[in-house]
Amino acid sequence: MNGYWPSATVEGREVDFLLLALLLVSYAVLALVFGLILLYMVRYRAGSGVSRGARSRKTWRFEISWTAATLAIFFGLFIWGGDLYVRLFQPPADALQIYVVGKQWMWKVEHQGGQREINALHIPINRPIQLVMTSEDVIHDFAVPAFRIKHDVLPGRYETLWFQVDTTGVFQLFCTQLCGVGHYSMTGEIVAMSQPDFEKWLANGAGPEGHEDMAAAGKELFTAHGCSGCHGEGGVGGSPETTGVQAPALSGLYGRSVKLQTGATVTADDKFIRDCILTPDKTPVAGYPQIMPSFSGQISEEKVLRLIAYIKSLKSGSRT
Amino acid sequence: MTHSAAQISYLEDGHTLRNWLLTTDHKRIAILYVVAITFFFFAGGFAAFLMRYNLISSHGLLGSAETYNRLFSMHGILMVWFFLVPAVPVTLGNFLTPLMLGARDLAFPRLNLLSWYLFMAAGFVALYAVVAGGVDTGWTFYTPLTSLYSKGHVVAAIVAIFIAGFSSIATGLNFIVTIHKLRAPGMGWYRMPVFLWSLYATSVILVLATPVLAMTLLLLAFERIFGIGVFDPAIGGDPLLFQHLFWFYSHPAVYVMILPGFGVISEIVPAFSRKELFGYKFIVWASIAIAVIGFLVWGHHMFVAGTSLFSAIVFSLLSYMVAAPSAIKVFNWIGTMHKGYIHFDSPMLYAIGFIGLFTTGGLTGLFVAALAADVHLTQTYFVVAHFHYVMVGGMVSAYFAGLHFWWPKITGRLYPEMWGRAAAITIFVGFNLTFFPQFVLGYLGMPKRYFAYPQQFEALNLLSSAGAVVLAIGYLLPLGYLTWSLLYGERASANPWGATGLEWTTPSPPPTENFAVTPIVTQAPYQYEQPEAVIHE
Ligand code: HEM
Ligand SMILES: [Cu+2]
Repeated sequence: MNGYWPSATVEGREVDFLLLALLLVSYAVLALVFGLILLYMVRYRAGSGVSRGARSRKTWRFEISWTAATLAIFFGLFIWGGDLYVRLFQPPADALQIYVVGKQWMWKVEHQGGQREINALHIPINRPIQLVMTSEDVIHDFAVPAFRIKHDVLPGRYETLWFQVDTTGVFQLFCTQLCGVGHYSMTGEIVAMSQPDFEKWLANGAGPEGHEDMAAAGKELFTAHGCSGCHGEGGVGGSPETTGVQAPALSGLYGRSVKLQTGATVTADDKFIRDCILTPDKTPVAGYPQIMPSFSGQISEEKVLRLIAYIKSLKSGSRT
Repeated sequence: MTHSAAQISYLEDGHTLRNWLLTTDHKRIAILYVVAITFFFFAGGFAAFLMRYNLISSHGLLGSAETYNRLFSMHGILMVWFFLVPAVPVTLGNFLTPLMLGARDLAFPRLNLLSWYLFMAAGFVALYAVVAGGVDTGWTFYTPLTSLYSKGHVVAAIVAIFIAGFSSIATGLNFIVTIHKLRAPGMGWYRMPVFLWSLYATSVILVLATPVLAMTLLLLAFERIFGIGVFDPAIGGDPLLFQHLFWFYSHPAVYVMILPGFGVISEIVPAFSRKELFGYKFIVWASIAIAVIGFLVWGHHMFVAGTSLFSAIVFSLLSYMVAAPSAIKVFNWIGTMHKGYIHFDSPMLYAIGFIGLFTTGGLTGLFVAALAADVHLTQTYFVVAHFHYVMVGGMVSAYFAGLHFWWPKITGRLYPEMWGRAAAITIFVGFNLTFFPQFVLGYLGMPKRYFAYPQQFEALNLLSSAGAVVLAIGYLLPLGYLTWSLLYGERASANPWGATGLEWTTPSPPPTENFAVTPIVTQAPYQYEQPEAVIHE
């Protein structure tokens, strides 16, 4: 197994250290428990003549002290594991985003530049990578043992996972959430390459639909599905004069806070944009009539991701 | 072996099938349950054996993933709902509760019989689901796989578990009322054997948690049949909602599976150490604490499922808190052996095996409760090994320990002691051979529920499958010699182990009415005052 031990990521090596500590605590307790049992089995077996002395009945002090000791050890492990976990799931801001869609029974990956792959993921080393993952059908789980990470991939949600690998190599990818008959075959490879190699791969790694930037592909979809008919070319927004309807501008939307008709304020992130496309009646934006149709069933998860990439690329007021 | 003419043993009180199938005697109902769960245990075990056979080769020897998925689902469903959850309460619990309390029967004898019929009905529906083509979703029924995508006979399986749930609730209520109302004169709460305390705690969980499962399964069935959107996001549902509801039942349920085992061990260790149970009140309150805190830890099954960081941290902390009372118990059992006069009869060997395996299982619980470590280990064979150490190494060992301990009382016969010891040791060795390699496999990343797997995991899987052969022999041995003892075993005296407890003051097997005169309790349990008392008198 290429690079399994030690882990190929910094955080993974910290997990290894935690696992080692857990192992040592366990061995110490096991040695104590098995040691005492064996000792008593020999020393206090019915036939042995060893003197038992007086039987004491006071147990309070014993009970309190071993309960306290147990709790102290537990608390230490809890803090350690919790702290590391928080870091494990908080991506650095500059991470390279890659999109992953799980489907019975394959992993579909799309890079920002539009390069697509199936059951494989090519990444550069020494650079934080953030996966934005969703599923087209049931729950899957993206797991890379050599990085000591995994996370469920759910339909209707975007879950993220980040890691930074520091050795080149090929690592196994598994689906670890039962997803039907083909579950066991939903495996793949993570190929970690040096930055120059990765760039070379990106240049050659054209997907089946040609080598097209995700945002550019999104732009085509934006027109093809008629989004521009209401939101205007370039997503500048619509009005009775320009497009015939009152529709919000999408340029500069990503990352802004949006006020809903319900009074709530939400941040326009990937998930919000997806919901607006697939279930618009659940996210009615304040100040606009609720007339946008649902595109659920017409636009696949992968296309939604491209639309999001396009909307992300629209800077405020831009007209591209 | 002196019983007056008025007292015929419950076994001799009518021999027709009708006498047995319409009986309201808790002892006979216990026997009916023993027969039923023995069947389910071996049916579930057979599925496990085929699974281990499949996993000998990295290509999967059964040739079809569909078959494999159906086997692990059948294995899980039968073992959890038709063996582990009921095992100790409905067999030993049913038989012993009135005897240990000094009572004539359970509070509601007819309800008790009804529980058995519900259980059998549930079992038949489950078997129908298997025969009709099986279920391929695993025992956890995660949505939307189960609600909309699975091709298996999901609804039948759900109906089976739904019915079994009513059986559980009825049994739980019966025990709670019995323990409150029918204690013999003088038996205050702190004079009650730990076994009854643990049944009490178990029953409370059953009564409170089972309805949640029932409703969850009902919703699942509605989504599957009518397509209403509860759990599938494509039709407006929430896939995590199912997991919250499911584990809200199922985590407390793992304590239902293990608490009665703690109770059994707490009876056996003092009896064979000929010493008072160390820290009686601590053990009692540890059971109660487990039952209460056990309701608050369900989220630890969802650390990588997509819940918030905050909830993960809270559930991790609570998981450690619920582990502490289990640790207290282990130390108290060992404390009981200290300065004892330890006899190594089969029940004690099973009990010692229990302590070792349960401790190993519990310690690996520390791994999966430590968040960052769980991320790596969850959904791999490490978790499979963890819960098999706790449930199979722990609970099944406890059930066997109890079955051997009370066998003379139940049947009036002794079993061949050498065979008993040989089986206990075979099971211990076979168990470790089977499940220890799985810790390593999980650590190396092998996912669970894989029908075929990468070549590098083959050697450890082969070892595990070889262990399963030893384990299977270990489990078949008691089936053989216990059956033999029914026909040819030596007659047992009222108290062959020289144990304390009201059940040992009545003849073996007990008369239908349990006690000729209602006993009066004058002291705390486990008063083993004569260390060298003769065993097998
Ligand atoms: C009382 C004894 C215990 C029983 C009966 C028990 C049983 C189980 C079962 C049945 C599972 C489910 C595995 C699956 O379906 O994949 C499980 C998982 C788990 N157990 Fe235990 N266990 C026990 C002790 C512990 C202890 C002492 C801890 C914590 C210190 C613990 C923490 C966990 C955690 C965190 C999981 C989730 C693991 C995961 O999904 O990765 N358990 N246990
Ligand atoms: Cu999958």
